[in-house]
Amino acid sequence: MSKRTDTAGGSKDVVTPRRPTGRTAELLMLIFASVIVTSALVLVELNQNRALDWSLAYYGGGYLLALAIAHLLIRRYARYADPLLLPVVALLNGIGLVMIYRLDLAAEIAAVNRGDEPPTPPQATLQLVWTAVALVFFLIVLVVVRDHTVLQSYAYTLALVGVIFLAIPAILPSSLSEVNGAQIWIKVPGLFSIQPAEFAKIALIIFAAAFLVSKRTVLSTAGKRIFGMVLPRARDLGPLIVALLLALAVLVRGKDLGTALLLFGTLLAMLYVATSRISWLVIGLLGFAGGAYIAYRLFSHVRVRVDIWLDPFGDPLGSGYQLVQSLFGLGTGGIFGTGLGAGRPDIVPFASTDFIMAALGEELGLVGISAILLCYLILTARGIRTGLACRDGFGTLLAGGLAFSLALQMFIVVGGVTRLIPLTGLTTPFLSYGGSSLLANYVILALLVRISDSSRRPPEPRRAAPLSRPQPLSEVNTEMVPVTSKGTPGSTAGGAA
Amino acid sequence: MKRPLRRLGTAVIVMIGLLLANIAYTQVIKADDYRADPNNKRTLVAEYSRQRGQITAAGGVVLARSDPVNDQYQYQRVYPGAEVYADLTGYYSMRYGPTGLERNQNDILSGESPELIAGQLSDLITGRDPRGGNVELNIVPAVQQAAYSAMTDKSYVGAVVAIEPSTGKILAMVSTPSYDPNPLASHSDEVQRQAYNALVNADPSPLVNRAIGAVYPPGSTFKLVIAAAALQNGYTPQTPVTGESTITLPDAGGATLSNFGGETCANGGGADVPLTEALAFSCNTAFAQVAMAVGAVPIRKQAEALGVDGNPIDIGMDVVGSRLGDVPDTASLAQTGIGQRDVAVTPFQMAWITATIANGGDRMVPHLIAKTTKPDLSVISQTSPESLGQAIPIPVADEVRDMMIASEQETLGSGGISGLTIASKTGTAEHGNDPKNTPPHTWYTAFAPADNPKVAVAVLVENGGDLGLDATGSKVAAPIGRSVIAAALAGP
Repeated sequence: MSKRTDTAGGSKDVVTPRRPTGRTAELLMLIFASVIVTSALVLVELNQNRALDWSLAYYGGGYLLALAIAHLLIRRYARYADPLLLPVVALLNGIGLVMIYRLDLAAEIAAVNRGDEPPTPPQATLQLVWTAVALVFFLIVLVVVRDHTVLQSYAYTLALVGVIFLAIPAILPSSLSEVNGAQIWIKVPGLFSIQPAEFAKIALIIFAAAFLVSKRTVLSTAGKRIFGMVLPRARDLGPLIVALLLALAVLVRGKDLGTALLLFGTLLAMLYVATSRISWLVIGLLGFAGGAYIAYRLFSHVRVRVDIWLDPFGDPLGSGYQLVQSLFGLGTGGIFGTGLGAGRPDIVPFASTDFIMAALGEELGLVGISAILLCYLILTARGIRTGLACRDGFGTLLAGGLAFSLALQMFIVVGGVTRLIPLTGLTTPFLSYGGSSLLANYVILALLVRISDSSRRPPEPRRAAPLSRPQPLSEVNTEMVPVTSKGTPGSTAGGAA
Repeated sequence: MKRPLRRLGTAVIVMIGLLLANIAYTQVIKADDYRADPNNKRTLVAEYSRQRGQITAAGGVVLARSDPVNDQYQYQRVYPGAEVYADLTGYYSMRYGPTGLERNQNDILSGESPELIAGQLSDLITGRDPRGGNVELNIVPAVQQAAYSAMTDKSYVGAVVAIEPSTGKILAMVSTPSYDPNPLASHSDEVQRQAYNALVNADPSPLVNRAIGAVYPPGSTFKLVIAAAALQNGYTPQTPVTGESTITLPDAGGATLSNFGGETCANGGGADVPLTEALAFSCNTAFAQVAMAVGAVPIRKQAEALGVDGNPIDIGMDVVGSRLGDVPDTASLAQTGIGQRDVAVTPFQMAWITATIANGGDRMVPHLIAKTTKPDLSVISQTSPESLGQAIPIPVADEVRDMMIASEQETLGSGGISGLTIASKTGTAEHGNDPKNTPPHTWYTAFAPADNPKVAVAVLVENGGDLGLDATGSKVAAPIGRSVIAAALAGP
């Protein structure tokens, strides 16, 4: 019941109503991130023997400006939000942009050498546009979702949306849904193509959080005790089985191992967090092992991935080519890397999407890749901390689920390109080229910012607010109402620590 | 709910820890394996974008250099000597790999050699690009150019090698037809591919280095080796040998061996002639009998002493081995005596044999490379004259020399230089499945001045040059050899 004591302690804050929001720290860190990203861009230009001019400063300045707008919006709409979330994402996104730009340069040179026209528009320009769009999405979510608990009421709607999103590519003819053998896209010819699974993931996590919070008493208490574990009742296995079936459907129909693994892993983790029961994990992992074995036996595309993983050098110029080139890139980069713009990351296929970590590993080395992984650790840790500090069970589970999904997605793709686990296609959150992925991940960021705002917000008494901040805080106060009142449906959950 | 969430946080730390451990394994422990893997193009690209060292001929004439350019590889390899030196330099192609000296001396030129690594560490600290070392050749441009022009003026297919007998310095090495290595070093894949395909489809192939990479029957030039063996086994230059136009080979079912044109030796009506005269008139019957009389073992011993031992030779480039053959019976011994049957030598080897005779039998290590230097021109390694010992006793070498002087006097063909005594031997070697109807390979090997040799040369012209079946060493190859000698003696 820690939140109650918080509330009680909050009354003391009346004396000092202005608790540090961390906004200034956030701004400083955003500037720092822009400086790093701009320096990275300068390094690329220098290493590629390109003339340095002030346009680089404009790019850096423009990036900082976009971030500053996001920062101001957070100040306005989520002023107590965790100050680390946006800067870490800004840094990852910026490094991704620089690497994509660098790969564009390589593609341009390759095209010129072939005697072709360079690809237009370059990926970096598109990714920059997508970043701007993603920031708009970020803003919309932040403004529209003024209280994350509201999302609970839309749980089943979102579940439906999620499943439909997952199903559309499976229903569409493959000409409109297939890219590189995976049928997971919605292609609008000539305009754009989106990967609906990225959005479905968010909808399903929100649904899972709401569903599990409402059912967690039943899920975590009923059952027989066997081998020191409390086994759930058969009928309570429903949600897990649904998750498994969903994952298998994605796997079978869309040939998308990565998304299947990500959905199943995230839902299993949320089930465990909701119930605190190891038995769910054990059952889930057994189910996963069984499913994986069956998939290996039944589906050739799964078998190929596993065989490449076991022996990528068996066919280094054929089926193992991607992974082998990725390992070569990493190996050539070594501890310190070749330097940004000085390596040949373009040799690895799909360097700007699935294999961007191999590209970064080649040019930034072990040192750089460690720093990037630490950024993900910080991002996930702050997300989980947001969940821990959250005053309602839904928020806890949602923040935990979203944060874990980011970490798991990163683990699946980075583990794949570094041959820790079999390679499955996924984007690296915030780094990879890809509009859908970027938009979806900024929505996740917005949700985390929103939840962290509510969990870090001092429970200010109503009369104190108008004194310090006449206009904006009145809005904040109206926002405060649902937190306490609407907490009722999930209060059984939210109350327990 | 908070406790399992914390555990989930721990799980994330473990996951990232696993990733880091695996990446560290990949980037630190496995890194060298991955870098060295032949399928890893990055190492190649890195090498291609380094400022590669120069290849120069004597007098500092640049044969290959790297010019800075504004593209991803930063340096464009340029061959100012183009076709004249292509068989020395080779080419440095992204797509097809390096050849010639570019391949053989790659460690120096690319800066990979251990002597250059130390310099590069300091380069790293000072922030300069690591540069490659330079390779300076003994090749003398005037001699090389003369040899190349002489061969190409008549569109001859073949090779010329010139060696300084007293030092083993290789003064010229030409193989024709040649090619322009510049398009093969182009940064455009397309240009490379077109140039390469043109070379691959060309006939005769410019990609064969005929001086060091192909072996030919030496024909009568091999009589020098037989003579040297004979003179150490009871023969003198005056020893009478047969002058018959044709002899019947023993144990060969009545097969015969004839002199050139079916003539008797020195038109002497078939009477015995001195060994000197037999060499001067290149009488086959005489040398077949000499070979049979001397025996396979002493001949093999002399051939191996001169380097005809089947083993490849490293002169800074790889020379394929020259060989005597198995000599299974007496008939083949007779044919070996006139440089046919299984005897096969490179033009380089023939030049080396002649240079050894010129140097009084003292065999010098052949050096294509004078020295290698660091980017700052300080010397990494330098070659100096180095003897492999007496391959032929001095008196015998002197006797062979005198016989070669006599031979030159009987040799037709233009290009004689007044006041200069040349010692030489020609060869007209049959080859192919139908030897009598296939234009012969023609040879000329010589050194001059005979009393104080400055240059030894071997010339091979494939398939009769421009004379077809009528071709002889004296008519086709000798004029080329003499013009190379003239260029070498003209001095700087």
